[in-house]
Amino acid sequence: MINQDDSQQTFADEIKASSGVNFNSCLHCKTCVNGCPFVEGMDYAPNAVIRLIQFGMEEEALNCSTIWVCVGCNTCSSCCPMAIDIPGVMDGLRHKAIKQGIKIAEPDILNFHTEVLNTVKKYGRTHKLEIMMRYKLKTMNLLSDMGMGLKMLKKRKLDLTPSKIQDKKAIGKIFNKK
Amino acid sequence: MEKSSTRNKNTDQSERMKLSFFPGCSLKASGHENTMSLLKFCDRVNIDLIELEDWNCCGSSSAHSVDHEVAKNLPMRNISLAPKGIPLMIACPSCMIRMKSMYLKIKKDINLQKEYEDLWGKPFDDELEIIHFFDIFDRINLKDYIADPKGKLKNIKVAPYYGCMLSMPPDLRLEKNYYGVIEKSLKKLGAEIISYGYGTRCCGTYLSAAKPKLAEKVVNEIVSKAMEAGAECLVTACAMCHLNLEIRCTIENPIPVLHFSELLSMALGAQDQKKWFPRHIVDPVPLLKKRGLIT
Repeated sequence: MINQDDSQQTFADEIKASSGVNFNSCLHCKTCVNGCPFVEGMDYAPNAVIRLIQFGMEEEALNCSTIWVCVGCNTCSSCCPMAIDIPGVMDGLRHKAIKQGIKIAEPDILNFHTEVLNTVKKYGRTHKLEIMMRYKLKTMNLLSDMGMGLKMLKKRKLDLTPSKIQDKKAIGKIFNKK
Repeated sequence: MEKSSTRNKNTDQSERMKLSFFPGCSLKASGHENTMSLLKFCDRVNIDLIELEDWNCCGSSSAHSVDHEVAKNLPMRNISLAPKGIPLMIACPSCMIRMKSMYLKIKKDINLQKEYEDLWGKPFDDELEIIHFFDIFDRINLKDYIADPKGKLKNIKVAPYYGCMLSMPPDLRLEKNYYGVIEKSLKKLGAEIISYGYGTRCCGTYLSAAKPKLAEKVVNEIVSKAMEAGAECLVTACAMCHLNLEIRCTIENPIPVLHFSELLSMALGAQDQKKWFPRHIVDPVPLLKKRGLIT
């Protein structure tokens, strides 16, 4: 059932404002769906997510896996006949989902992003080995991909020690200024 | 005898181009073979790279996904560190997007400029030129540095792989398009270019860690399409894509994946491949030996 009351209109307006993308020009031609390399890992196709917003289905839109599986490769936006920045819309929805503290559909992906930013907060740069170790620990999945990790270590693709920046105060400015 | 007038362009120190260089985390910490061959290449073509002092992570895919404020501040600080008067060169496509799109945003937003100046205590340099490694090929002529360019790569069949980040993200749609740079330069050096239609397909980026099965599927597709088209190797523009194409490929006997900078350096006569190739998961040495590119 589609209700067009005021509160539902607000959700679409809010995402439009926060993402800066006018998704209402979407033709629902599904070019984005056919082009997306990761669509099979999504519960809603990219254009369907836009439809959810247009229908005011906030909960479904914020709870869907699509907003997390989308990596922002821009295959969709490059071939979209209306040049809609679809990954920008996903970004807007992700931020709202985090802000509202709702259950995240793909906690592993959020955990990964958090671990990346944790190393940046510590060193000013990312540290792949630490990201992977902490990520595996958090997702309680220590043994998965162990062979790959060892192979990468053997090929020296994972530096043991982090590369760090000198100006620690700058990291404070980057992360604390809110 | 006065020799300076006959001195080769290659060795003339005064003609060396100076660029400020942002390596980024991938090149600095895991893609060492990419960095080493890149530095070698730049040195050979008379370019001095001055590493941006105390640079930080650009924010990559993670910052803009979860924290807009951090995603803004990370590239902002890097921009504030760039020396005036020389271009800032970035080799990682992902860092390039983050830094350049933020730079353009600040440039056209007076409020952001004020924020920048308050936070980093210096005026915003609206003349800073941010360029990608590929821009170098507009500024030099490879033929100036190689006597017989055509024979250098001995018709090795390469499938160029750009990945998605150099495609046209909406923020940079009006900026330069880099497609064709790998084809043009490697062809000039005697490689045979294979077209296979998957050169801009996304490698899966961080899904390689969080959803390995999804990444595996796209990586296998890219590598197998290149092989079906007759490529002997893939050539990548991005250190992160390189890693994914190597670690997530599960097809049997895949072709090796070379960094663009490795092939360039080899064509220019670099001899230190022994430091690069042990870091590859699929050993490129047998192919390069077969083609007579190394002994």
